[in-house]
Amino acid sequence: MLSFIVQRLFQSIIVMISVAFVSFALFQFVGDPINNMVGQDATEEQRQLLREKLGLDKPWPLQFANFVLNISQGEFGMSYRVGIPVDELIATRLPATIELVLVSAVLSLIVGIPMGVYTGLNRNSWLSRLFLSLSLIGISLPTFVIGILLILIFGVWLQWLPTFGRGGVVDLGWWSTSFLTVDGWRSLIMPSVTLALFQLTLIMRLVRAEMLEVLRTDYIKFSRARGLKNRSIYFGHALKNTLVPVITITGLQIGSLLAFSIITETVFQWPGMGLLILQAIQFVDIPVMSSYLVLIALIFVIINLIVDLLYYIVDPRLRIESRTESH
Amino acid sequence: MDKKPILSVHNLQVEFPTRKGNLVAVNDISFEVNEGEVLGVVGESGAGKSITGSSIIGLIDPPGRITGGEINFLDQRIDHLSAEEMRTIRGKEIGMVFQDPLTSLNPLYRIGRQLTETIQTHLHLDDKNARLQAINLLAEVGIPSPEIRIDHYPHQFSGGMRQRVVIALALCANPKLIIADEPTTALDVSIQAQIIALLKKLCKEHKTAVILITHDMGVIAETADRVAVMYAGKMAEIGKVYDVIKKPKHPYTVGLMNSIPKMGQDTEALMQIEGSMPRLNEIPQGCAFHPRCNQVMEQCKKTVPPMIKLEDSNIACWLYPSK
Amino acid sequence: MNRSSSETEIQSKPINRTFDNLTRFFESDIFYSFKKSPLTVFAFFVTLILFLSALFANWLAPHQTLDVKTLDLMNAFYPPLWEEGSDSRFLLGTDDQGRDIFSAIMFGLRISLGVGFASVILSAALGTVLGLISGYFGGKLDSFIMRVADIQLTFPAILIALLIDGIVGSLLPKSVYNEVKIYVLVMAIAASQWVNFARTVRGSTLVEKNKEYVQAAKVIGIHPVGIMIKHVLPNVTGPVLVIATLSLALAILTEATLSFLGVGVPITQPSLGTLIRIGQQYLFSGEWWMTIFPSLALVILVLAVNLLGDWLRDALNPKLR
Repeated sequence: MLSFIVQRLFQSIIVMISVAFVSFALFQFVGDPINNMVGQDATEEQRQLLREKLGLDKPWPLQFANFVLNISQGEFGMSYRVGIPVDELIATRLPATIELVLVSAVLSLIVGIPMGVYTGLNRNSWLSRLFLSLSLIGISLPTFVIGILLILIFGVWLQWLPTFGRGGVVDLGWWSTSFLTVDGWRSLIMPSVTLALFQLTLIMRLVRAEMLEVLRTDYIKFSRARGLKNRSIYFGHALKNTLVPVITITGLQIGSLLAFSIITETVFQWPGMGLLILQAIQFVDIPVMSSYLVLIALIFVIINLIVDLLYYIVDPRLRIESRTESH
Repeated sequence: MDKKPILSVHNLQVEFPTRKGNLVAVNDISFEVNEGEVLGVVGESGAGKSITGSSIIGLIDPPGRITGGEINFLDQRIDHLSAEEMRTIRGKEIGMVFQDPLTSLNPLYRIGRQLTETIQTHLHLDDKNARLQAINLLAEVGIPSPEIRIDHYPHQFSGGMRQRVVIALALCANPKLIIADEPTTALDVSIQAQIIALLKKLCKEHKTAVILITHDMGVIAETADRVAVMYAGKMAEIGKVYDVIKKPKHPYTVGLMNSIPKMGQDTEALMQIEGSMPRLNEIPQGCAFHPRCNQVMEQCKKTVPPMIKLEDSNIACWLYPSK
Repeated sequence: MNRSSSETEIQSKPINRTFDNLTRFFESDIFYSFKKSPLTVFAFFVTLILFLSALFANWLAPHQTLDVKTLDLMNAFYPPLWEEGSDSRFLLGTDDQGRDIFSAIMFGLRISLGVGFASVILSAALGTVLGLISGYFGGKLDSFIMRVADIQLTFPAILIALLIDGIVGSLLPKSVYNEVKIYVLVMAIAASQWVNFARTVRGSTLVEKNKEYVQAAKVIGIHPVGIMIKHVLPNVTGPVLVIATLSLALAILTEATLSFLGVGVPITQPSLGTLIRIGQQYLFSGEWWMTIFPSLALVILVLAVNLLGDWLRDALNPKLR
């Protein structure tokens, strides 16, 4: 068990260092790094001071080490576009995205998994066929089209829900949450449904496919031959075996949600990381871009670690205990 | 051995509908299994042995289905029971053992859990007693240190040990009949003998009848009381093991026995039957074996020979006319 | 069975062979399952229609919307034909610049399909080559390529395409970037999709590598690469085709999304995504047609391609026969 964790941690660190290197390269080689760090209004004196402080006359491996030290303390420099420190900028935007992603993830799981199980167990019912047809449309509908349609119906025509912004927000320290106001929740509905829909259909299809595979196995056939009750077979044996690969996909799903949140935030003008990075790309705001890169990599790495750990806990075959052999 | 049949199959027909028409996998077969006896079912791959076994326990892979005949178990007709009624019979009255012990066990559950689950479904024991029963069963099938190994996972057992666990699971609720579908094919030769001996011993002790499906005549000779020879979905010959092996009647059985090399035999070429068993969609008219038979007659090409009783055996061949 | 020489001559004439192949195709299991599913036939025709109208947009479109000179601001904001105040020249209405939506959709389709096909072909080629290399050479090279693939799979296509686009955009000066933007886009989308192809081809290569003819060739001293490829390719054609179809749907979606976000195709060659983005600004003022019709076109296209891919996957799956 220990060696497993250590191995995984080691790989994660390597990934983070590579990403940090790409980030560092962006800083160094695109434009004047000093410009990237202090914005356009700094005087020549300030620049020279910074040059010395940053040790830009030193060989680059040392600079890289310095860079890693800085970013691990959250020091990313100044946004080229907005002129405030990047870490502050991220702090104002991160909560919006995290809350949106969280709500969408929960939504897609609690709807997608049962739908998948149902369509796997009841292959030929009309409801299954309906779900499957809807799911096909679901994966063909791009996220932004869903968002636009929802805005059109619920925002423009019916005028039930707000169509942009987060609504009422409460500050808990540096974290601003929309969970504590009715208005905040109302504003969350359309964006989270939009974001969840794509993932929901993916999860449903995956769970269904896994379920069908599992139901064809010998051990399910053997459990039938032993006369086990349907409930034990389906919700005991079949479900547990189905959910194991679903765990990985859920992990991937968080990553996917983060990516698609960029689109959703654009459609609904949701003030999160997505809008931030888009503006950064268009403006070639290097500090923001490179910090976003590192942040995303960190989140992915952590998710991968958690998924690996979960896999280890759930699937006994992965635990390399000493096999007690005897004939 | 009592000559009281616990299972009798009459004119069983199993078909698979396909786009190109119905394929008949089991064609009008009849046989009986007596209390406590071991009936071997031999034949080539595709002869219909496994499907016969599956249809008795009601687990034919869809889209196959029973299209004719009856299956009677303990004076009750079981071929057209509802799913729930059939479920109460499976495990408790009729058990089944499959070929591959690795895939027969759920890799994510400890074998103790798989055992107690089965025990508690059929017998009303509480958790503690169910676990004790499970440990006893494991000891009975020859698993060392059963009180420790009961909490292990399937992948922690070797192939032979796993099959023992599978047998324990099949015998949990003391069924009257076990259908063993190629139980040793996936195992090492050295282990095969052990497993067969175990099966034989347990079934004698529990007075369980066994339908032993295999293509290995050696296993049959060792274990079975009677044997049924299947060919292309039909029964060719059924009789006592000694009779079928030493005095085979059906030309196919004769060919089979001749093709087994004997120790001390001084021959250069192995004997084989010319041709091969036809595929399900290419079964010839009349007797299915006639194109390969060295004693074929005109009648064989036109009409299917019925199964008749001849002394202690049953045979379906025009060489043996009914009285 | 002996054949006379004249018979063999007739047999090998190319036109007879094509006829033979065609007959065999129409009697095959695949075509049977195709005919049997009316939905798939419908999807096929829809795709065909969309594809042809994109290909021949220049000649079929009622208006040349790409040509800025033909645009007249006086034509702006006409609603579709069945609404009040429409103009019979503009079937589905016009946008804020006076562009005919119907024609714009056709040209947009051309861009969307063009980028989609180009990136799929590129990723299929890249994936196939990498899969072959990985499977054939094995060892550390294989592990490395597969590990990269694994890591890349955890990043969604959109993100990869976005990041590549962003990085290239920051490296190149603005003017150069605008020229090559569309090529960068194709490469970015292709880079996000190669893994699926690589995996399948690698699997097939591994299977072939273990066959005896490979070992025999090695013993003789020939590199069996050429022969292996000859054996691997027919085996992977089916699965690769399925992956390619589903990849196409995903590529079209990815491009549309990137264009919607403003980081896709340049504004001079608007794809469906661009049109949707422009149209969204006018949702509130009531000109819904500007964004809805291009959205519909996009959804129908992707849905049709997905249906085809789904059918293809089921038809070619030996397990389901």
